[in-house]
Amino acid sequence: MDFFKRLFGKKDTQPSLPQQPESVVTAPLTEAQLQSIRGAGLRAEPAQLLVGAGQSVGKQRELNEDSLLTLTTTIAGNSGSQPFGLYIIADGMGGHQFGEVASNAAIRVMAGYIMRKFHDYLFNLQSAALNESLQEVMQDAINEAQRVVLREAPGSGTTLTAALVFGQQVTIGHVGDSRAYFLYRDGRSEVITRDHSLVKRLEELGQITASEAAVHPQRNVLYRALGQGEVLEADIVTVPFPPGGYMLLCSDGLWGVVNEETLKRLVFDGPSLEASCQNLIGAANVAGGPDNISAVLVQLHI
Amino acid sequence: MQLGTTLANRYLIQDVIGVGGMGSVYRARDLHFPNVVKLVAVKEMINQAADAATRLTIVQNFEREANILATLHHTAIPRIYDYFTQNNHSFLVLELVNGKDLESILSEADGFFEEDQVVGWAIELCDVLAYLHNHKPEPIIFRDMKPSNVMINASGHVVLVDFGIAKPFQTGQKGTMIGTEGYSPPEQYRGEASIAADIYALGATLHHLLTRRDPRLEAPFSFNERPIRKINPGVSADLEMIINTALQYNAEDRFKNIDAFKESLVGLARKTGLLSRLGTTAIQSSSAIKPLWTFQCEDELRGTPLVYNGMVYTGCYDNNLYALNAADGKFAWKYPTDGGVVTRPAAFEGNIYIGSQDHRLHTINARSGKVAWTYYTEGPIHSSPRIAENHAFFGSDDKYLHAVNLGTGRASWRFETSAEIWSTPFVTENLVIVGNENGDFYALDFRSSMKWRFQAKRGITASPVVQDRVVYFTALDGMVYALDINNGFVLWRFRMDKPSIVSPCVQDGMVFAGSADNNIYALDARTAKEIWRFRTEHQVSGSPIIYKDALYCGAADGKLYCLEYRTGRLRWKFETKGPITGAPVAFDDIIYFGSTDHFIYALMA
Repeated sequence: MDFFKRLFGKKDTQPSLPQQPESVVTAPLTEAQLQSIRGAGLRAEPAQLLVGAGQSVGKQRELNEDSLLTLTTTIAGNSGSQPFGLYIIADGMGGHQFGEVASNAAIRVMAGYIMRKFHDYLFNLQSAALNESLQEVMQDAINEAQRVVLREAPGSGTTLTAALVFGQQVTIGHVGDSRAYFLYRDGRSEVITRDHSLVKRLEELGQITASEAAVHPQRNVLYRALGQGEVLEADIVTVPFPPGGYMLLCSDGLWGVVNEETLKRLVFDGPSLEASCQNLIGAANVAGGPDNISAVLVQLHI
Repeated sequence: MQLGTTLANRYLIQDVIGVGGMGSVYRARDLHFPNVVKLVAVKEMINQAADAATRLTIVQNFEREANILATLHHTAIPRIYDYFTQNNHSFLVLELVNGKDLESILSEADGFFEEDQVVGWAIELCDVLAYLHNHKPEPIIFRDMKPSNVMINASGHVVLVDFGIAKPFQTGQKGTMIGTEGYSPPEQYRGEASIAADIYALGATLHHLLTRRDPRLEAPFSFNERPIRKINPGVSADLEMIINTALQYNAEDRFKNIDAFKESLVGLARKTGLLSRLGTTAIQSSSAIKPLWTFQCEDELRGTPLVYNGMVYTGCYDNNLYALNAADGKFAWKYPTDGGVVTRPAAFEGNIYIGSQDHRLHTINARSGKVAWTYYTEGPIHSSPRIAENHAFFGSDDKYLHAVNLGTGRASWRFETSAEIWSTPFVTENLVIVGNENGDFYALDFRSSMKWRFQAKRGITASPVVQDRVVYFTALDGMVYALDINNGFVLWRFRMDKPSIVSPCVQDGMVFAGSADNNIYALDARTAKEIWRFRTEHQVSGSPIIYKDALYCGAADGKLYCLEYRTGRLRWKFETKGPITGAPVAFDDIIYFGSTDHFIYALMA
């Protein structure tokens, strides 16, 4: 009986716990206090990636057609311990039959391709040099995903925003209108990707304004997506990870309904990366949650 | 001020070229260049304010203008050379723009400007505004776009003048309204200056240029009551629509940024074929460029010179290291080694360090030309010394990377590589990196233990350069490589059509290189996409440098090319009688370089 009590009983009924003297009060640190400790400029040795992620189907859709992937580790070698991370968000297309299949297949194929390339580095003792550049690996992985999506989910499409972090550099491959943001330590933020959407294009061309774009009936129409068309021109860029800052990957279910100032505030004020992701998703749902919501938040501690 | 006055012992006032509210603008000759006529604009500001506080504000505004200009490098912004205050007069010494302002051009013109003409100017104005708006750490709002503040220079390009009120912009900050009536948007009258205000004012300027209707004589914000095509039917509906977008009453209805404005204009120019004609500009012919001085050595100059304490040092294939006066090329001394010298000298604490094909690193007193010590390697030296941490790092044909202690003249260590090293090492805060003729590339720490290694398909003769934790170099396999400095992983590679020994340089997120395929390339450092390429008449064997707004690079056709580095547009070229294989060096507005025609040249930048 004691055994079951210990398993299921409430803490205050457990006699086995040592009784603490009443005079000792250990109040938990407040989030603000924790934050100040974290922000105290402690150097992380070795450099490491911290990650939070979250998803929600939203308030108005029945299916979740978004997919996400996070993989985080470090590679040790002569040049010290190098953080390694692969983060992908894909938003399957709502109007299509296989939106969910497409986003999922794209992520699996892409991650599989990249992990095979890095397999020796991550899991073998002897590591042969990579034959391609990181940008070429990213390009080839996207092409591979494109082939598979065309074959497995014909007529569907998906956005794809993938970030490969190695050391302090991020290589980003991007198609569609999911986004990668950099949030800098000094409070600035920057959209690293360019939406491949019709309204964004119209806005860039000055045909419509940003406020018109936000409510444009065709705002979900993409002019470039994985699984659409034979030739796919993905945007590929390598940039230094913002020192002490964050990278946020998200689908338009988040950035389309929560403005950048709010995104920033929720990230910077969050007690942890996981909590920030939940807060971001909560904010999108409070704003109506018209679409699936996915967010990956990464921080590089150096 | 009297013509003929000499200011600051340097600027001889020759003529009045403009009169403003605070003083005049003069044309002056810079007497620091006795051998050439270097003309500058001197902007005078007379401080007549009665109370001290206002006087101080005026001086502060003046210095702010000077400080802003000093941080800017753009072909459409005059360069600042100097500023100083004497008594109640402050002076700004600027690049002299040889041309006329748009207001004068407009008033002297008979009819309407051609649409192409205006679109061409507009695209260039968008370019320079984009440059200002993208200024880091804070965008600069020009705040005073109007025809009289735009000069058209001798080659037909726009130059923005009068930065008197351009100020760094802080979001949400309310400022005092100082725009020009007629061209300013409604919100500027409420004391708000923003990117959208510059967009509006550019729209207003274009409206004025196309309609010849001066907005200062009309009701404020009444542009839409004067549709462009009603006044000038020659203008296309597309252009009218673009300008109307810029002139929207509400800032949020205008183009979101200047790039969007430009993209619309470029789209229009592409449609009319204007774009292909825009690239052709007047080129200064090489005969117009007179060297400040030249100096003839006894054999080929294959390496890169060094400027140090007012002297130019250069090695020569005639075995000597030469020391010349940088101002006039006067010979100071030469130091003979026992082999050809093709490396670039390095300077440290009064000594010059140079490697020779006589297998030695020579340490020579920079003033006297007397040798202090030499260090012997087991092969000819083609790799230039890099000085850091009180050591000289360089490679040799003996396959070793040497780290020589400058205090003792002895090796702290040698690191054996797989082949001869011709590449010059680069030293970061904790790594020494270098390539060799076998295509191996090494990253060592200061104790010579290898942190990582990379292998190209063929030899790496070029010298690496590091920027933002990325290593860039070219190789004989025709690639430009971008490697992560932390781990040697290839971030990207860019294929040129032929092998390369060109050491790249990096500026503003652009990587510049060249190849035996005759081209000089500009690549985006983030995406590896080609931004422009410039075709020379022979293999590009020299290495480029960026100085101010221009790229300088020599080629095997014997020419030194000066290109606008953002666009690759040729500004001028200067012909020598032999291939140029080294890099030029720039100092104090003078470009120094050697040629295999045995001469070292000094040209005005």
